[in-house]
Amino acid sequence: MSIARFWRETPRRYNLGGSKCTVCGTVYFPPRAVCPECTSHRQSIERMVPFQLSGEGEVISYTVVHDAAEGFDMQVPYALGLVRTPEGPVLTGQIVDIEPGEVRIGLKVRATFRKLREEGASGVIHYGYKFTPLDDSGVLPPARGPVGPVPGKDAPRAERSPA
Amino acid sequence: MEAGIVSYGAYVPRHRITPAEIGRVWGVDGEAMGQGLNVRRKSVPDPDEDTITISTEALRTALVRGGIDPQQIGALYVGSESHPYAVKPTATVVAQAVGATPNLTAADFEFACKAGTAAIQTCLGLVGAGMIRYGVAIGTDTSQGAPGDALEYSASAGGAAYVIGKENVICRVHATASYTTDTPDFWRREGQKYPSHGGRFTGEPAYFRHVTECARRIMEIAGTTPKDYGHVVFHQPNGKFPLRAGKQLGFSDAQMRYGLVTPSIGNTYSAAALLGLANVLDHAGPGERVLVVGYGSGAGSDAFDLETTDALATFERGYGRPVEYFLEHGDEISYATYAKVRGKIQMGGD
Repeated sequence: MSIARFWRETPRRYNLGGSKCTVCGTVYFPPRAVCPECTSHRQSIERMVPFQLSGEGEVISYTVVHDAAEGFDMQVPYALGLVRTPEGPVLTGQIVDIEPGEVRIGLKVRATFRKLREEGASGVIHYGYKFTPLDDSGVLPPARGPVGPVPGKDAPRAERSPA
Repeated sequence: MEAGIVSYGAYVPRHRITPAEIGRVWGVDGEAMGQGLNVRRKSVPDPDEDTITISTEALRTALVRGGIDPQQIGALYVGSESHPYAVKPTATVVAQAVGATPNLTAADFEFACKAGTAAIQTCLGLVGAGMIRYGVAIGTDTSQGAPGDALEYSASAGGAAYVIGKENVICRVHATASYTTDTPDFWRREGQKYPSHGGRFTGEPAYFRHVTECARRIMEIAGTTPKDYGHVVFHQPNGKFPLRAGKQLGFSDAQMRYGLVTPSIGNTYSAAALLGLANVLDHAGPGERVLVVGYGSGAGSDAFDLETTDALATFERGYGRPVEYFLEHGDEISYATYAKVRGKIQMGGD
C-alpha cells in the first residue's frame, strides 16, 4: 500500500473516525460523503459530519486464519472477527490477546492500537485498530473506547447499520 | 510547585516467560538465575506490539481516567530506548492515535531507563511556566538482551503514561532533583541490535551511586527522611538492586511493597519506575508521601518528592487495567515462541 493512501486513512485506522448523517442519524464506517439511507441522497449532501466510534463492540461472527495474509505469518493461527458496534457499523478486525479457539460469537471486545504491517525492514510501519476481549478476566470494566474529539457524540444513535 | 500528576495509565503485554525456561535453552540454571535477580517472570510483547502501541494504550487509559480532552495536550514526550524508528518520532504516532494533533509539541526522549522521568520533568517545567495546559510524559520499552546474555533473563516490555497539569492534581510534586555523570555502564551503539554492558560495573559505580546520591539530594532539598514516606519507588533493572538501594538509604520492605513490580514482569526499562509509581497510585489514598528515584545508564537519576491529594480519592481508576492485573496475569510461552515473536530467528526470503 502506498504511503499516501495509508496516510489518508489514518483517522479511521487509528481512531475509528467515521461519519454520521445529520438527516437520518445513520453512522458510517468507513466514512461516507453521502447517505445512501436517506430517501433522497441529495438531502444528506454537506450534512454528513465526522463521527468517532466508541471502539466498543460485540463479535457477531469470526474465522480463524491458518494461511496467513502477507505480513501476518508470525501470528498464525489468528482470529478475524466481524464486530458490531453500538453505533451501528460492523467492523472487520483481528481479535488479539486471546487464543483463537476461545473466540466466540457474543464476545465483548474493545478496539486496541496495534501494528498492522511493516513495509519490509526499512519501510514505513502501519498502525491501526484490532480488537481485544473485554471479559476474559472480569477485571477490565466496560469500554469507553479510544479517546479523541467526538463530534456530535450526543446525537441519537443510528438504528440501522450500513450495508 | 503547582504542576502535578493529573492522570496516569499503564500497559504491559500479555505474554510471560520464566528465567527457568530461558536457562533451559542456554544450559544455565535459570531458576537460580531468576532467584538471584529476584525476577520470576518477564513480559514479552506480541509481534504486533511495540513502543508506539504500548504507549498509545497507556495514554488512552490515562486520558479516559482523567477525563482529559486530548486537544488540550500541549506537549507529548515518549521516553524509550526501543523506538520503532531511528528517525521518525514515536510521539507523532502516539499523538495522532489519541487525537492530540496538530497543535502540540512532541518529541522522543532517550536516556536508557530514565527517559520517562526526564519527560515528566520537562512537562513539569512547561506546565509550571504556564506555556501549556497539559503535558504528557510516557516511559515505554520493548527491551531485548542478546540471546544467552544475563540481560535476557530480565529485559521485558511495558509502558506507563502520565498527564501533568495544574487542575485536579491527584499527586503533587513537591520537588524534583537529578544526578548525572558520564558513566559507561550500559550502552547500545548506533545500528547494533542488542545493548552491551559493563557486567558488575553496572552496580556500585553506576546504579547504586546515582540512585542513592539522588535520593539523598532530594530528601535534603525537601527536608525529609525515609520515615516521612509511605511509599518509595526505585528504578528496578531486577528485583534485587532496588531492595538493596532501599536498605542502604534506610527504607523498609513495606515502603517498597507496591513500588516493586519487576519480580513479576521483568525490567521494563523506561517504564520500570513509572509502572512502580502507577502501582503505588493504584493502591494509595489521599495524603500519602511517595519518593520516586529513576535511573538511566550512561548515567543519571531523576528523583521526585510526591504527595497524593484528596482528588485521588475520587479519581476514576476504572478504565484500563490496574498494574496489579499485569503482575498477576499473563500467559507463559516457551523459549521457541519467544525467539519467534522477538525476531531472534533468522528467516528465509528477503
